[in-house]
Amino acid sequence: MTRVEPWRVTTRPTPPSPIGESVPRRDGVAKVTGAARYATDMAVPGMAWAKVLRSPYPHARIRSIDTSAAKALPGVIAVVTAEDLKARGDINLYYGHALTDHPILADGVVRYSGEAVAGVVAEDELTAYEAAQAILVDYEPLTVVVDVEGALGSGAPVIHEKEAKQGFHRGFDEDIQRDHPNVCSTAVQKFGDIDAAFAGAHLVLEGEYRYPNSYAYAMEPYNSMAEWRHGGLTVWTSCQHPFMVRDDVSHVFNLALANMRVIAPYVGGGYGSKSYTKIEPLTAALALVAGRPVKLVLSIDESILTTRGDGARVRIKTAFEADGRIRGRQAEILLNTGAYAENSPLVARKSANRISGPYRIPALDITCRAIYTNTAPASSFRGFGAPQGVLPGESQIDEAAERLGIDPIEIRRRNVVAPGEAPWPKVRGLDADLQADLSLVAEALDWASTPQPSHARGIAISASDAGSEPVSTALIRIHVDGSATATIGTSEIGQGSATVMAQIVAAELGIPLENVSLLQSDTAAVAYDRSTGASRSTTIVGLALQDAARDARAQLREWAGEVWSAESIEEARGGLVVGGVHRGWGEIVGAYFAGDFGEVVGRGRVRKVGATKQMPPFWEVGCVGVEVHVDEETGQIRVDKLVTVGDVGCAINPQLVESQDLGAAIMGFGMALTEELIYTDEGTLLNGNIVEYRVPRASDMPEYIGIIAERGDGVGIYGAKGGGEGSLNPVAAAIANAVRRAAGIRLREAPFTPERVWLAIRERDAAK
Amino acid sequence: MPETIDITLSVNGLAHELAVQANVTIADLLRLELGLTGAKISCDMQVCGACTVLVDGLAVSGCTYLAVDADGREVATVEGLATDGVLNPLQQAFIDHAAFQCGYCTPGMLMSATALLAENPRPSRAEVIAGIDGNICRCTGYLPIIDAVLQAAEAGAQR
Repeated sequence: MTRVEPWRVTTRPTPPSPIGESVPRRDGVAKVTGAARYATDMAVPGMAWAKVLRSPYPHARIRSIDTSAAKALPGVIAVVTAEDLKARGDINLYYGHALTDHPILADGVVRYSGEAVAGVVAEDELTAYEAAQAILVDYEPLTVVVDVEGALGSGAPVIHEKEAKQGFHRGFDEDIQRDHPNVCSTAVQKFGDIDAAFAGAHLVLEGEYRYPNSYAYAMEPYNSMAEWRHGGLTVWTSCQHPFMVRDDVSHVFNLALANMRVIAPYVGGGYGSKSYTKIEPLTAALALVAGRPVKLVLSIDESILTTRGDGARVRIKTAFEADGRIRGRQAEILLNTGAYAENSPLVARKSANRISGPYRIPALDITCRAIYTNTAPASSFRGFGAPQGVLPGESQIDEAAERLGIDPIEIRRRNVVAPGEAPWPKVRGLDADLQADLSLVAEALDWASTPQPSHARGIAISASDAGSEPVSTALIRIHVDGSATATIGTSEIGQGSATVMAQIVAAELGIPLENVSLLQSDTAAVAYDRSTGASRSTTIVGLALQDAARDARAQLREWAGEVWSAESIEEARGGLVVGGVHRGWGEIVGAYFAGDFGEVVGRGRVRKVGATKQMPPFWEVGCVGVEVHVDEETGQIRVDKLVTVGDVGCAINPQLVESQDLGAAIMGFGMALTEELIYTDEGTLLNGNIVEYRVPRASDMPEYIGIIAERGDGVGIYGAKGGGEGSLNPVAAAIANAVRRAAGIRLREAPFTPERVWLAIRERDAAK
Repeated sequence: MPETIDITLSVNGLAHELAVQANVTIADLLRLELGLTGAKISCDMQVCGACTVLVDGLAVSGCTYLAVDADGREVATVEGLATDGVLNPLQQAFIDHAAFQCGYCTPGMLMSATALLAENPRPSRAEVIAGIDGNICRCTGYLPIIDAVLQAAEAGAQR
């Protein structure tokens, strides 16, 4: 359980200081002194507290709701149901950026156990809770379906009888195809002659794999506080995409974007689970009805019932040449999307894109369908559809290697795309060097040596079309003293944006880091950013900040020319050399405004043109190796060693890159070994709490080698590209591949619990 | 009005005389009454450690420890670790090692580590792991935290 210092491989040019330096996190002092404010810590005068009544039934019609006893309790301000909201006429009950299928409160029917049925506002939280328990609901239970096979079966209950409208967030139109009423969306990735690929194959492998319904467990539960003032709405919330939430909530209340403010203070963990809208519409609706500012803090048990990760059943078939080259791959991915679409149409799209891996594949035929079931809604979760497909895909690469007598690293070398080569038609060429990354992992794992008995090593790789939409803006204000304030819409969710973005501003203006401040994630005060996800911020927002700095410098150059009527003006660090005299940025500002006042505002933007025209904006690759030990008596897998490569182009802050890679890999480790939300066939979640949903703990940690590869090959500033998800995606597959080599069993269902491993070992022995 | 019980306790060295309801937890008392929002509520069932505070030097889960049980006792929270704005060696080690990301577990993690180091100033790596095994961190993968606690122990030993 020791930790090896990160290995660095650097072939990029040297960037200006403080780029490439592991400066301390700028949120550090606040976070170690308890001063850091999260949404849960916020309060406003006059604030009341809310609680939610949730359905005990996974699928039922609501016959009636009796709120009289709840309303009669002292301290209760309002009790609210869907009928109350509909009766007002000023609230659109349904929301959802992809599909508007999600009612703020259950609208005559509940579709999963834990769905919000009514909201209570009271003077304190306990009173709100007690009042919620006093609401009487008469339910008529309906047939329940919790798994994808059941949901697509004949006689399956139809979970959404009415087809939902497209959400405001365009782009899913082509994916919303329904060959069954329980299909939420369908994504297809198809090219080449798939029949010919399989017909002429030397080896065809087929298998069925399962990936668990999961929970991100951001430690700060979902919570919001809403206040209506002067006809406008302010929401403080723990969210990753304040602008997306603003847009979503503005549709619910028919508000102009200018009258809708979303503030995301420090976010206590996101991992995708706080992307898009969650409880903000409900909190705002309760505040509107109550006529008071309202704070709603869910428990973690309720958060589990709010958003989870998509489980998957994957049927996959891959055709190989005798030399291990891939001829084609076919797969059907069924995602268990739960009761509402949330962001699963996009997860389905990405899962279809990511199952083929970073390989040269002549023919591909992938269909991924997001399926409605009577379970908690699934949405974005770190890795975003990738791990669901990488486990089957990379398992089959290893299976082929074994069958064809080729080393697992060698078979990948024969298939992996070269830098600049596109894995599918019409996309950006791979901006990474996986051949080199494979060599790094092989070296760190000591691949060529023979491991101890019952030990084995395994690897897996992945490629994700990352970066989301390249749409971000930024403002940099340079003040008269030469210090600068930058405003960006990126949330500080722990990834380190508050540090990295400040480093970028300091480098681009040539001023000390301590003279840079950042204002983030307040939609009324900062420049627009699309989202904080898909590992995009450093790359996309970094480019917007660079553009803003360039714009500020250009204005100051013009101003300097006017003030000093100089013939020669040259750029210098921290200012301009004007007629042979160095003038700092602040000095130019003051001279232009003729006093000790004024400022310059630099405007930056990134859109789908120029360097960021071709999609995806960048590829996020993963290259992970493990050494495992399998205890044949207990079925326990122990990961002894973990190796990741952060192939990030340019590490703006290497310590933060290593943090992201280790954190991501350990999240993948949890999903591979212990994490699974378990539903009964009757629709009851058996382990909806942090005792029984087991996440990794300190004593589970393996030895770790974090490699950072910087080859300057990203589209971002100084060749940077995103990280933070790549090292999660291959972990389950790498462990499964290692276990195969250690124990001769092929694990096809994650998590690889001792029970599953033990049974597979017994099956292996029975077959002997 | 619900009945209240008068209690006296010290929080980070400051004495408080309070009337509290019997069902109020120490975490809610600190967060809602005293404005000390450092201790965080997460699992709310005593397994994640985010709400850890010290009562008479012992690490307790603030989400389930009743405020009335702190009557006559000394409570220490993350807000009391720094002295006159100067971070203590453990806090500094957390910054040096980037031993947090989102920071939500950090107040509890720091208090568990504080209790550990008070009891065992030179813990082995295994003892550090055992000492923080009741604190979940979902961001870091723990290794930077373990390194930070070991660095703080080293710094403490050199003083």
